[in-house]
Amino acid sequence: MNAQILSPLIIQILNGLAFSMLLFLLAAGLSVIFGMMDFINLAHGAFYMLGAYLGLTATQRLGNFWVALIVVPIIVAALGFALEKILLRPLYKRGHLDQVLLTFGLAFVVTDMIRWIWGADIRSVPQPPELTGAIPLGITAYPRYRGFVIVAGLVLAAALWAIQARTRIGAVIRAGVADKEMVGGLGINISLVFACVFAFGVGLAALSGVIAGPFLSLAPGMDAEQLILSLIVVVVGGMGTLKGAFWGSIVVGLADTFGKIYVPDFSLMVIFAIMAAILLVRPNGLFGRAVT
Amino acid sequence: MAILRDRELTDSAAVAPAAAGAAVGGAQTQSRASRRSTLVSGLTVLATLLVFPFVVPSVYLQNVITEVLIFGIFAMSLDLLIGYTGLVSFGHAAFFGVAAYTAAIVATRYSDNLLATLAAGVVAAGLLAVPTGGLAIRSSGIYFLMLTLAFSQIVYAAAWKWTWLTGGSNGLAGVPRPKFGGFDFSSPATFYYLVLVFFVATFLALRRLVSSPLGHSFIGVRENESRMQAIGYDVWRIKLASFVIAGLFGGLAGALFSYYNGFVSPHDVYWSVSGHVMIMVIIGGAGTLVGPVLGAAFFLIVQNVVSSQTDRWPLIMGLAFIFFVLAARRGIVGMYLDAVAVARAAARR
Repeated sequence: MNAQILSPLIIQILNGLAFSMLLFLLAAGLSVIFGMMDFINLAHGAFYMLGAYLGLTATQRLGNFWVALIVVPIIVAALGFALEKILLRPLYKRGHLDQVLLTFGLAFVVTDMIRWIWGADIRSVPQPPELTGAIPLGITAYPRYRGFVIVAGLVLAAALWAIQARTRIGAVIRAGVADKEMVGGLGINISLVFACVFAFGVGLAALSGVIAGPFLSLAPGMDAEQLILSLIVVVVGGMGTLKGAFWGSIVVGLADTFGKIYVPDFSLMVIFAIMAAILLVRPNGLFGRAVT
Repeated sequence: MAILRDRELTDSAAVAPAAAGAAVGGAQTQSRASRRSTLVSGLTVLATLLVFPFVVPSVYLQNVITEVLIFGIFAMSLDLLIGYTGLVSFGHAAFFGVAAYTAAIVATRYSDNLLATLAAGVVAAGLLAVPTGGLAIRSSGIYFLMLTLAFSQIVYAAAWKWTWLTGGSNGLAGVPRPKFGGFDFSSPATFYYLVLVFFVATFLALRRLVSSPLGHSFIGVRENESRMQAIGYDVWRIKLASFVIAGLFGGLAGALFSYYNGFVSPHDVYWSVSGHVMIMVIIGGAGTLVGPVLGAAFFLIVQNVVSSQTDRWPLIMGLAFIFFVLAARRGIVGMYLDAVAVARAAARR
């Protein structure tokens, strides 16, 4: 009797967490780019979408999802590195608004190219054979692939935290978020760090896209939907912090999942209302620093 | 140190749009000759727009220009925020959409009287702008952009879900062209003139506004908010005034659009509409009023031409937008002024 009430609830919580992990990978990149470079990358959703479609092609051509999972983020990160050098670099002397505007234009270009190449039909990526079926959880069972998404997200979150807190690169990035002129003054090649941070963030977005492939479906518009949610995550959690991106993703992922079940007509409003409420109490988000 | 940085900011970022505004918008410092030439070119444009339906009998072209004028009003209203007050709103479609829906609901259910539908739409936009603006201007920069986006997405969700009022995903069809007294604005040419009247009124009103003391305080907030505060201005009120006025004129455009299109759907409140009008402002040249109208014309005409030839309109628009951001940040108006300056320098030599 209890199990009948409990098992749908557990499944929904797990679904919410799986979605949270996809959002976290997007939001972590968005947040690090903002923390370091002070602008919002509105093309982030487009890179997520590019990752998903490249993942589709790589899985079909190579017949192996795991290779796609490694190769696609690297390709997209390389693209991000090049775009940073060619398009964003000339704008550093100007205001951050110009960078936001540029990425907005870039989003149109990338998503329309994707539509050009892959068409507008809804596509889906086959699940890797190792992850089909369900995991028994005592009173209920859960799809294996979604379980993988949760575990992979948590592992990546831990890895990102370790990189940020325990390595030299992480120290440079934390220092850059705090005061980039000073980091430059200490003899660190800050423009190379910028390009790498942008490439890394964009690569994470692509990774999120590849992981989302067998879980959500691929269609035009998937970029905007996910971009808006991950922007909310970053704003709720606080810009420029990994911790904020993580807890923000959990809040938004669960709110989205439960909102769609209990108030299907107003799920989007629930999320925006939560965001507005958090911002009114904490204008810089849950873990954010003051932005001037 | 902080003061020094502020002054640098004022010097580098401000002079360009301010100069453009002076030359096009007509500030007090203008010479009499250039003021006269502004007047002459303004009257020429007005005369062209007045005779246009007689010269060009094509209903298609009349509709395109009507749409340009409606979006011109919309883009000018956003320019007040982005170009003059320095508040980059990414949710301006909320006011456009709310007014379009309100005008459509009044027109289809109660009365197709011009004043009733228009007033209802504009008042609804204003009623939305006061609380959302009041909340959004508590934050600034990226957070302001995000909050305005969030509010407009709430309006979008409401339009999508309040089916009994808004028709949900079907939208509201069959919005009639308005009537006023004995006049019926149902033919393309009469409706064109109706829109033209509101367009000219909006342009003159906003031009007047930006050269008034209130308008100068908008520019002051854009240039240096903390200094304005230090001098004793109530920055919060100035920003709110700008936000609400922009919302009202955005609403005017929305109400006109609902008559023009005869149909309102959640798409008209979606964030892509906010994005498109922002593109119009930037491509035309922010902070010039004339620029955003040219931006709207450029955007809509190119869209009409390109999308009849190819499906790749978003790609071309994206590339054009990137070009303007990278190479011609002051927009079409800025390019024109640069060309004039080059020509004058060449003539002097």
